Amino acid sequence: MLNTWRQMRPRARREALEGYLGISPWLIGFLLFTLGPILASLYFSMTQWNIVETPKWIGFANYIKLLTDDPLFTKALQVTLTYVALAVPLRLVVGLGLSLLLNLKVRGMDVYRTIFYLPAVLSGVAVALMWIWIMHPDMGVVNNLLSLVGIQGPRWFWDPSTALISVVIMQLWYVGGSAVIYLAGLQNIPPHLYEAAEMDGANRWARFWSITLPLLTPTLFLQLVTNLIDAFQVFTSVYIITGGGPLRATWMYMLYLYEQAFQEFNMGYASAMAWILTIIIVVLSIIVFRTSDRWVYYEDTGEKAQ
Amino acid sequence: MTTAAHEAPIRTPLLSRRWRLFLGHSLAYLVMSALAFVFMVPLFWMLSTSLKSRWEVFAWPPQWIPVPAHWENFRLIFERVPLWRYAGNTVILVIGNLIGQLFAVPLVAYAFARLRFPGRNTLFFLMIATMMIPYQVTMIPLFTIFQRLGLVNTYVPLILPAFFGGPFFIFLMHQYIKTLPRDLDDAARIDGAGTWAILYQIILPLCRPPMTIVVVYTFWFTWNDFLHPLIYLNDISKFTIQLGLAMFRGRFDVEWNLLMAATLLAVLPLLIVYFFAQRHLIGGIASVGLKG
Repeated sequence: MLNTWRQMRPRARREALEGYLGISPWLIGFLLFTLGPILASLYFSMTQWNIVETPKWIGFANYIKLLTDDPLFTKALQVTLTYVALAVPLRLVVGLGLSLLLNLKVRGMDVYRTIFYLPAVLSGVAVALMWIWIMHPDMGVVNNLLSLVGIQGPRWFWDPSTALISVVIMQLWYVGGSAVIYLAGLQNIPPHLYEAAEMDGANRWARFWSITLPLLTPTLFLQLVTNLIDAFQVFTSVYIITGGGPLRATWMYMLYLYEQAFQEFNMGYASAMAWILTIIIVVLSIIVFRTSDRWVYYEDTGEKAQ
Repeated sequence: MTTAAHEAPIRTPLLSRRWRLFLGHSLAYLVMSALAFVFMVPLFWMLSTSLKSRWEVFAWPPQWIPVPAHWENFRLIFERVPLWRYAGNTVILVIGNLIGQLFAVPLVAYAFARLRFPGRNTLFFLMIATMMIPYQVTMIPLFTIFQRLGLVNTYVPLILPAFFGGPFFIFLMHQYIKTLPRDLDDAARIDGAGTWAILYQIILPLCRPPMTIVVVYTFWFTWNDFLHPLIYLNDISKFTIQLGLAMFRGRFDVEWNLLMAATLLAVLPLLIVYFFAQRHLIGGIASVGLKG
């Protein structure tokens, strides 16, 4: 890089200096607030540290304890993986279905789009509180509507056997955020493909499977990765609504991490938890990326990349 | 109806094309309206509860539209909880974060999009890669840094990061600046404008769509954020709206009408901004989600 610098003309050198100056806010933030903390976190995860005393080096002891001798960690992992396995595919399918509806060429669709996207901007404690009240077993609107059609509603967040499902259902309210992204993908599909297929006598179902779905796979792929990452990090809603209960039925990973870090001040232990979470997310992302060439369709090659 | 549409090419349709179109559209409206109703029920229920008396809340079957409406709940709530203070604190954080993002995002995005310097592509890739890192990894060391600096229980940890620019916003802005013709820069340069004059006088005025997204999303993220204020703030007098609500829940668990009134007030600014900004937002965000 130094050689390039010497060979540069004064004008190019000036431009490069201005470039570095321009990106300096991000670069400083990256070095001090991202790269530095990542390295520090790796070190902390190998220590025993209660934030007051100096960190004590213990090697991989935190990791070994987490993976072999911590029932609360095993439970958190189990609950979170169950949640991810339920919520991510459901969000993908429902989001896609909603986007197909929104893509119908009917007047006034903008209004519906506005309505379905709205929940995506509402989050935080306020919405969590709203959901407690909506799914309240005795006074909530959900069980009220169910009783109108003669169904005795479950006890939702208040019952260990339905609490996690309730969180999954609640998260579906935000599906409009994904639907809008699929919609943009749908609208990018060139209409002449459908016209050609229609002339060949392909019905709606065949057109969906052979045109819409393959051409949407790049969008689906990106959404799958982001939804996966988000689902592992659920915090605010469960913290407010259930606090991990009842009977740890919604004991999500982030709840335990938060408890260890900011209530027990086991900073080393919590750092090791953060790294295990990162490794899980990275490994799953790699798996998705690796399999992507089997199911993601790339337009420019004209066929599934091999 | 759908069967008729499926088999249309094979046998003569039972219904004329116009009729099928009419029925199809009616069905679409019906399904969409039913779904829209389901999506809106939670918000309507929140409003309905907030206008009930303490006892009407427990009525079964519940009333959908309370008569008379107890508007005084919205007065009572301010006597119970310092909502104005929480809202004011949150507004301070919003303004701080906006200043930070509006300072850093255009600058960094413009440098990445327009200026040539060694290592540019590597650094840009690095920035994209940092978006994949779960925040849990940096959360603990950052807390200890701010703690060492004596900045826990101040707003600094909640505002300072904005001055480094959010990678997502920088990426969005970068993609937008790339679509602007380079002739604009060149013409201005010939007229003697410097690099920063080009950014602030030529490029930035053309960047209203991405800037709208940066402003609105910064507002939403900051307003809704719970975890960071929870970690950094201890003094009740410094609490944000989300922390205030969380505490209110613990104290007045049974007064659902007041709780819902407070909740409604907390989401109202989000709803207002959404209805003004949604036209500029949905398309812009979707196009980024598409490209990744």
